[in-house]
Amino acid sequence: MQNALLTKFIQKNKRAEIPEFRPGDTIRVHVKIKEADKERLQAFEGTVIARNNTGLGASVTVRKVSFGQGVERIFPLHAKVIDHIDVVRTGRVRRAKLYYLRELKGKAARLRERQ
Amino acid sequence: MSPGILGKKIGMTQMFRPDGQAVPVTLLKAGPCMVVQRKTPPADGYDAVQLGLVEFIKPRRINKPTAGRLKAAGVEGAKFMREFQLAPGDPDLKLGDRVLVDQFKPKDKVDVIGVSKGKGFAGVVKRHHFRGGEGSHGSMFHRAPGSIGASSYPSRVLPGTRMGGHMGNARVTVRNLEVVDVDTEDNVLVVKGAVPGPNGGYVVVRRSKR
Repeated sequence: MQNALLTKFIQKNKRAEIPEFRPGDTIRVHVKIKEADKERLQAFEGTVIARNNTGLGASVTVRKVSFGQGVERIFPLHAKVIDHIDVVRTGRVRRAKLYYLRELKGKAARLRERQ
Repeated sequence: MSPGILGKKIGMTQMFRPDGQAVPVTLLKAGPCMVVQRKTPPADGYDAVQLGLVEFIKPRRINKPTAGRLKAAGVEGAKFMREFQLAPGDPDLKLGDRVLVDQFKPKDKVDVIGVSKGKGFAGVVKRHHFRGGEGSHGSMFHRAPGSIGASSYPSRVLPGTRMGGHMGNARVTVRNLEVVDVDTEDNVLVVKGAVPGPNGGYVVVRRSKR
């Protein structure tokens, strides 16, 4: 069992709101990027293929296909560089880790919408 | 300012700095502590405070001499007591004074002393990071130490030769850990990096000297 003080520390330091999303959903992650002295937001949109829930280290793996090339990024959910996350569409899947999508492309890599 | 504080390790997690950097941190339940005994040059030959970590302890678990000492200092109960030497410049602490985490602030450097996790009788690969041999391909040398010295001269094994033996369960000091956060409400001290010992183990937190 986790120590109550550790739980409290995690509650205090975690991100205030993370929208609910599951593996298979398509999300858009807005990342803060510093250029010289300006700060702007860059969005990365893709399918959630894995979630890792470990307290403040919780992360999400997002995959997209960019110009025919598969790209995956792992975002720490509680990191300060993440501005916000939008859920674009939901997807119906039957497992928690969608690593099989890496082998598929085009039509085969489509996911049905969740009801 | 007290030269240190006593506490218990809670566990590790990570947090993010305002600039976005991820930091591995260890949470310590530090204090409340009380001065159980004050050692002075006239009486004891040196200047020191003995702190006790205030926590619940069954009365039958304390022997009578200790109970008397705790009563004299007005401490309800303490299992873990350690002494800190006082340097000439340090402000005075009196018998029964409380020492809390508010002594520390973020960016302070501390040394943390604990008892490392016991590993039992460990071989040379685990204990001294010897490389060991191949697992297969006909190798008959796996995790053995190999040569432990020359033959007719010196005809003995030199003292200090690294071999298997008991590992862990020893006092370990980790120096110059940065204090990342202080929670005065819950007496939690957050330090950057790892701290020796299991979760729930007692630790001594000391202000770094350099």
